[in-house]
Amino acid sequence: MEMKILSCTVNGKPVQVGYDVRECLLDTLHDRLGLTSVKRGCEVGECGACTVLIDGVATDTCLYLTAWAEGKTIETVEGLQAPDGTLDPVQQAFVDEFAVQCGFCIPGIIMSAEELVRTGKTYTRDEIRKALSGHLCRCTGYQNIITAVERAVDLVNGFVGEDGDAA
Amino acid sequence: MYDITYFHEATSVQDAVKALTEHPEAKVIAGGTDVLVQIREGRFGPTELVSIHELRDELWGVVLDEDETICIGPITWFHAVNQDPICQERIPVLCEACDTPGGPQLRVSGTIGGNVANGITSADTASTLFAYGARLVLEGPHGRRTVPIEEWYAGPGKTVREHDEILVSIQIPRDHYEGFYGDYIKYGKRNALEIATMGCCCLVKLTDDHETIEDVRFAYGVAGPTPCRSHAAEEAARGKTVAEAAELVGDAALEDLHPRDSWRASKDFRMQLIKEMTKRALVNAANKGGSSASWK
Repeated sequence: MEMKILSCTVNGKPVQVGYDVRECLLDTLHDRLGLTSVKRGCEVGECGACTVLIDGVATDTCLYLTAWAEGKTIETVEGLQAPDGTLDPVQQAFVDEFAVQCGFCIPGIIMSAEELVRTGKTYTRDEIRKALSGHLCRCTGYQNIITAVERAVDLVNGFVGEDGDAA
Repeated sequence: MYDITYFHEATSVQDAVKALTEHPEAKVIAGGTDVLVQIREGRFGPTELVSIHELRDELWGVVLDEDETICIGPITWFHAVNQDPICQERIPVLCEACDTPGGPQLRVSGTIGGNVANGITSADTASTLFAYGARLVLEGPHGRRTVPIEEWYAGPGKTVREHDEILVSIQIPRDHYEGFYGDYIKYGKRNALEIATMGCCCLVKLTDDHETIEDVRFAYGVAGPTPCRSHAAEEAARGKTVAEAAELVGDAALEDLHPRDSWRASKDFRMQLIKEMTKRALVNAANKGGSSASWK
């Protein structure tokens, strides 16, 4: 099948990369650009391990053809850390809350959490649960993951209050 | 890597129609959440695709016509329908239904048009669109035609859409939604990432006392090979109070509906679901319209 060239922005940098028309964005990011935080999980849109932000929207890349990414802005976990190595608040919250077990599902969940944090709103635990419901964690470490996302959202969006009782 | 042998990114609806005419085996792809999964499973073998993913100018978004018909662009994401102010104000039960397929990431790829164009009975929005009596506008080489959703389904996974036609609009006329309160219940074994074992949508219009049923529609997914209505349940409920009707509609629905055994659920279980969900959807919908009835 023919090769084409994709032009898009990945983690803040303009990127041009050759791709096979049969590829999904997961293939291109993981195999061609070496962005190994984008995990190959179920490949049918059920596990969320391949989630990245496309124009700011958390999307499963296994069901997203690379051709559709032309001109889009893509963000993965690799782009979150500051140049001096400082972790992004969501990443730091996952460390602080011991939210990582085997870690396979975490990059996808962090990108969904980034989307939540950037809304500038605060969320109840139930709302966070629903927002993360497109992710599966085989270690079943959901409690700490939800706590970490809650911590990041509250930290960034300035909410100080009782557990999960966001306005 | 998908087994794709031809891929065309359409630049307009007519361009897509032309590509479909030239490639008689090609499939239309919009969000990809259904087509790509089926390609991966090998259902189609090597596949030719005509993509309408980028036709946002022509096929995306919700607008209100001069006569207040709601026109939904078929490549509008589930999530975008869910968040749309026109839908939230006038057809909130469709917003509810659009909040149930898959998970959040799937709802920003999957499209409402794909959900009806694939002809699948378990499609979460299909029963609600059926209850609203949606009209589906197709565009082909010879222009446009409109198909009422009652005539849309031609069998499991099949619709009356011709190969070289594109679904270009989903329309709900004002008199189909005005004054109706609705409720959609999806029964599945978990709350997300689940295909419905049974789906039921009820739309009800109440008289001024908020307790008497003036008009009602029941539509179902997975109760048969295609989404369908239960006219028997509607007949049983019309003119009654919500509390009276709640006792009758479940059994009445079973006169019309004949679900089957599948690996997801047995026929008996589905019949139980129809009976219970018909009652609950009616009462929930009526509660939104001010009724004090309870299904408990």
